[in-house]
Amino acid sequence: MSNFPLETAAHPEQLRRVVIEPVSRVEGHGKVTLLMDEDDHVQQARLHIVEFRAFEKFIQGRPYWEVPVMVQRLCGICPVSHHLAACKALDQVVGATQLTPTAEKLRRLMHYGQILQSHALHFFHLSSPDLLFGFDSDLAKRNIVGVAAEYPEIARQGVLLRKYGQEVIRHTAGKRIHGTGAVPGGVNKSLTAAERDELQKDVYQMIAWSREAVRLVKRLFEQDLENYRSFGTFEARTLSLVRADGAMDLYHGGLRAQHADGRTIFDHVDYDHYWDQISEEVKAWSYMKFPYLRVLGHEDGWYRVGPLTRVTRCDFIPTPLADRERREFMAFDEGRAAKSTLGFHWARMIEILHSAEAIKDLLHDDDLLGSDLMAGGERQARGVGVIEAPRGTLIHHYRVDENDQVARANLIVSTTHNNHAMNIAIREVAKKYLDGRKLTEGLLNHIEVAVRAFDPCLSCATHAIGKMPLEVQLVDAEGAVIDSLVRNSR
Amino acid sequence: MSVSGGTPAPVLVLAVGNPSRGDDAIGPELAARLEAAALPGVEVITEFQLQVENALDLVGRERVIFVDAGLDTPVPFELRRIEAVPEFLHTSHAISPEAVLATFARVQDGDAPECWVLCVRGESFELGEPLSGAAAAHLEAAWTALGRLLRPEFPA
Repeated sequence: MSNFPLETAAHPEQLRRVVIEPVSRVEGHGKVTLLMDEDDHVQQARLHIVEFRAFEKFIQGRPYWEVPVMVQRLCGICPVSHHLAACKALDQVVGATQLTPTAEKLRRLMHYGQILQSHALHFFHLSSPDLLFGFDSDLAKRNIVGVAAEYPEIARQGVLLRKYGQEVIRHTAGKRIHGTGAVPGGVNKSLTAAERDELQKDVYQMIAWSREAVRLVKRLFEQDLENYRSFGTFEARTLSLVRADGAMDLYHGGLRAQHADGRTIFDHVDYDHYWDQISEEVKAWSYMKFPYLRVLGHEDGWYRVGPLTRVTRCDFIPTPLADRERREFMAFDEGRAAKSTLGFHWARMIEILHSAEAIKDLLHDDDLLGSDLMAGGERQARGVGVIEAPRGTLIHHYRVDENDQVARANLIVSTTHNNHAMNIAIREVAKKYLDGRKLTEGLLNHIEVAVRAFDPCLSCATHAIGKMPLEVQLVDAEGAVIDSLVRNSR
Repeated sequence: MSVSGGTPAPVLVLAVGNPSRGDDAIGPELAARLEAAALPGVEVITEFQLQVENALDLVGRERVIFVDAGLDTPVPFELRRIEAVPEFLHTSHAISPEAVLATFARVQDGDAPECWVLCVRGESFELGEPLSGAAAAHLEAAWTALGRLLRPEFPA
């Protein structure tokens, strides 16, 4: 029996089962199961994400220089993060302990473009309908078209922020997809003056829209403070990268882990031996592993990664507008917003602002136009690369044999780091909003809102037309389907 | 930020798919053939999956053809005209061609281009798999249909 409340019911055979399942033919999909007793009290709540463990097999046996391009095919939503994490690991293999200034700045530019476009998509097109209209508002209105009708500028800005991030990626990676910009040891192209000028032209508009987005989330908190403060909220230990001086650094840094109250568990740890700090537990009911901090053990060592962690656990953000917003966020509601699950959205918008500011600063740095692109050194057999991807800490670890082929690969993606935290969040929501009540679409959407706050990656690098519905089933104790609800996609 | 830049080709073929995932490579494979054919007035874009910003690729076009693999698609393919449908999912991972059109309507004042979906039946989509034999046959049939759609005199 687990020590975690609602993880495992005492007598599941006597309970009704509710399944919220996106039925996808791809291996990466999520499902929520709720076991309810005859009085509609929640006895068990679990989020199952089918982690795709064929990553490593896909990579093994390949020449190491192919890996930064290949890993982009693992995930269609954050290919740049995999591209850069792989390159960081393989920098070590080629002995490039220090990149040239041009190479590092171009990679950073690419990374900030990725953060900006990913966060824009998540907030403006996925989460804003819930936040602007309410979690159980009319389903016909609770979509991005409803947002466009009542808030047309928000929908438009979301598309154009996303497009701008994609343009940054295109100029730095060389293509819209399958980019080859970063290579082990550096980059294979710098920015031309024309490319830089084109990106400079719009960057101030992006900063302005990002600031408005931060203010929008703040207004949403102010308008419904009690709900935002408490929705799916729980105390969590945290893990993130930070710069040597404690600043937020989404591209590189040391590992920082803290208790929920901010006390240090470890700080500025070189990720080269991450396995000394992090281990992974297998649970019989889930395909996805549960990472934990070794020093605390598997029961107490679970933690949360991602925007909320990064914004609240850095000492400062090294761009002025974003840092001002961070301080306001941390102080808001006596610090409660910075601990709330819906604070993910506020933190995400602060990171959009930081990314836009960082892009602006980089676009005024002549190193981007330089020609010194590659570094090298003594060949190594192993490399570890860690980056703060849009959804959280991403680890790539490779061992390369004497034939330059990848002999072993290990990847820990942000959704795996957050596995336990997401389960805690849905249990909090289930307890507060679903317990003892008749289930409705609006109530079940509360569960989805909690999951969406984390924006889990579902490994759906394929998506062929036909299947990604969301299916909700109410099943009795004998397993018979009593009712079902399908929210389908064409 | 400008929504469009330059004069786009009147016809856009927007092919979708991951070349490393078995039959999901149908879209990229058709796109590669089309790029090699270099038809005048036809631009080809390949994506892993559709997202909201693809709405901006539609600006200034006369006709857009989305090319993709499908699981429950009739054999060997389905070709259908589509309209805007505001369907968005519970994840940020992908949107449908109809949702791309709906996004276009939100960010643009003008009329949307004529849009078609060429959905080719796939059978297996595992990472690292090659195109299946059945999908290869479906692809050939779809290639002929795509050619006729783009240029009636296109050789069968």
